[in-house]
Amino acid sequence: MSAATDSAIPGAPVPDLVEGRRAGRKPRRWGSLYVAEHKILAMRAYLQTLVVTILGNPLLYLFGLGVGLAHLINAPVGGASYLQFVAPALLASAAVTVSANELTYPVIAGFKWNAIYFGINAAPISPAQIVNGIVLAVLVRMVPTVGVYFVFMLVFGAVPSALGVLSIASAVLTGISVGLLIMAAMSRVVDDRGQPALIQRFGIMPMFLFSGTFFPISHLPIYLQWIGWVSPLWHGTQLGRDLSYGMAEPAWLVIVHVLYLVAIAIVGWLLSVRTFVRRLNK
Amino acid sequence: MPEAVITASSLVKKYKDFAAVDGISFEVAPGESFGLLGPNGAGKSTTMRMVGAVSTRTSGALSILGLDPDEYGPEIRSQLGVVPQADNLDSELRVRDNLIVYGRYFGIPRRQIARRADELLEFAQLSDRAKSRVDDLSGGMKRRLTIARALVNDPRILLLDEPTTGLDPQARHILWDRLFRLKEQGTTLVLTTHYMDEAEQLCDRLVVVDKGTIMAEGSPSALIREYSTREVVELRFGSDRNAEVAAQLAGVGDRIEVLPDRILIYSDNGEAELAAIIARGLTPITTLVRRSSLEDVFLRLTGRSLIE
Repeated sequence: MSAATDSAIPGAPVPDLVEGRRAGRKPRRWGSLYVAEHKILAMRAYLQTLVVTILGNPLLYLFGLGVGLAHLINAPVGGASYLQFVAPALLASAAVTVSANELTYPVIAGFKWNAIYFGINAAPISPAQIVNGIVLAVLVRMVPTVGVYFVFMLVFGAVPSALGVLSIASAVLTGISVGLLIMAAMSRVVDDRGQPALIQRFGIMPMFLFSGTFFPISHLPIYLQWIGWVSPLWHGTQLGRDLSYGMAEPAWLVIVHVLYLVAIAIVGWLLSVRTFVRRLNK
Repeated sequence: MPEAVITASSLVKKYKDFAAVDGISFEVAPGESFGLLGPNGAGKSTTMRMVGAVSTRTSGALSILGLDPDEYGPEIRSQLGVVPQADNLDSELRVRDNLIVYGRYFGIPRRQIARRADELLEFAQLSDRAKSRVDDLSGGMKRRLTIARALVNDPRILLLDEPTTGLDPQARHILWDRLFRLKEQGTTLVLTTHYMDEAEQLCDRLVVVDKGTIMAEGSPSALIREYSTREVVELRFGSDRNAEVAAQLAGVGDRIEVLPDRILIYSDNGEAELAAIIARGLTPITTLVRRSSLEDVFLRLTGRSLIE
């Protein structure tokens, strides 16, 4: 071990300011990637669960809902078969589920039970870099999840359009924008009084049910349709349908979907960073 | 004296109206082992967070390794090692991976960090636990791993906030031994503690902190010389009789402190004082003559005991 032996020499030129300033260069530039690397390495602890859900979920949902339920419904929805209609919604929901898994309890833990965020911030990593790194790691889990889902959709014959592959991107955008909102909320939790369960039951679940996942929101009574309009999942689902089977939507609405999702992501990011700074650097 | 690695001047940290740190000033020289001694809530940890460049000061001047933490946070933190009060190891990672991942935060290349991790595991006497889960380690082992993690970047200053709180005596002694080795190698140590024996073991110089201000500063022995006598006689007459008996002890020793559970008599010759007390016909239940400690210094300075 050679810990800081230089500093013991009386009269030695300390501190070396030039070298000191240089010490922060790599962390300032690559800090977010280091955080992502850390979180990805930690995923090894639950790698088996990841693999099972990545392969099992699409099989179960596409088969159960897309094939089973579709058999009952047996009528085209908005110019597509029921399977084609429901598949892009399930794809976007799969991305949102990854966010809900990675950004509820783990974020509370990072501040409290494990407090690793404080450890990371004590190293030369800023709160914003921690937020970015976590999101990057979530992306690393989300992209293969959605990608494998998409392959299953192809196999089930749920993607008639050649543009369909782009629905992977729209699903990921949806997952990240919902994820950043979840992170903004969870980073504020100081005492766990069941907030993650509340988000799951009264946030994610209703969003899943009322975002035009299983039927167009136009079938809902008008006083419930607003849930779809404000729901990022509805915008992401519609975008996925535009891409995967060419659902006829006016161009302006397609642009609104994209802008809405990007706007939610930006707001979620700003709120998350603000809370991370407040809690880590108080 | 070589240029200070830490210079704090009139440092203040306020939370709304409450001043957690209320105008403290100190300097730490390279290679020095410097302590902040005080009870819980004295402002030690807040000071450490400011020195660790993760908490901004409300006012005052602060320079760490010649840099202002407001502007050069990451640059300063790149050169520090931090051992927080509560371990914040990643329990999803194995023991060795905790070191590897942490080393990456300083931009250390993977190959280099792998070698460094093995050295540090050896230093922390954890080589055989490299692949263990963090949750399977004992409290003392976790603490040593946290210290090893703090050394991963070969820091110029090691900050330790209550390094041995919550550890059993054996684990404390192992930890002190490791810290003493670092000190011998010339690592600058800054530590907070509310254990006077820890401060006496590890600190070349310390400040006694209470309510966000510095009450006294000096080496442990100098502080004891200045604020206490060489020896102390501890007498117990039973908790309901201590105050009553104290009245009959007038003139004994240099100074008397009456605590709820015992009476302390400060003197340079404890045995002689004890003989005099017995000669007065007083019969304490237990007696003890000991050398003065920093606990006595703290009691003298604040009128309160360190651990309440």
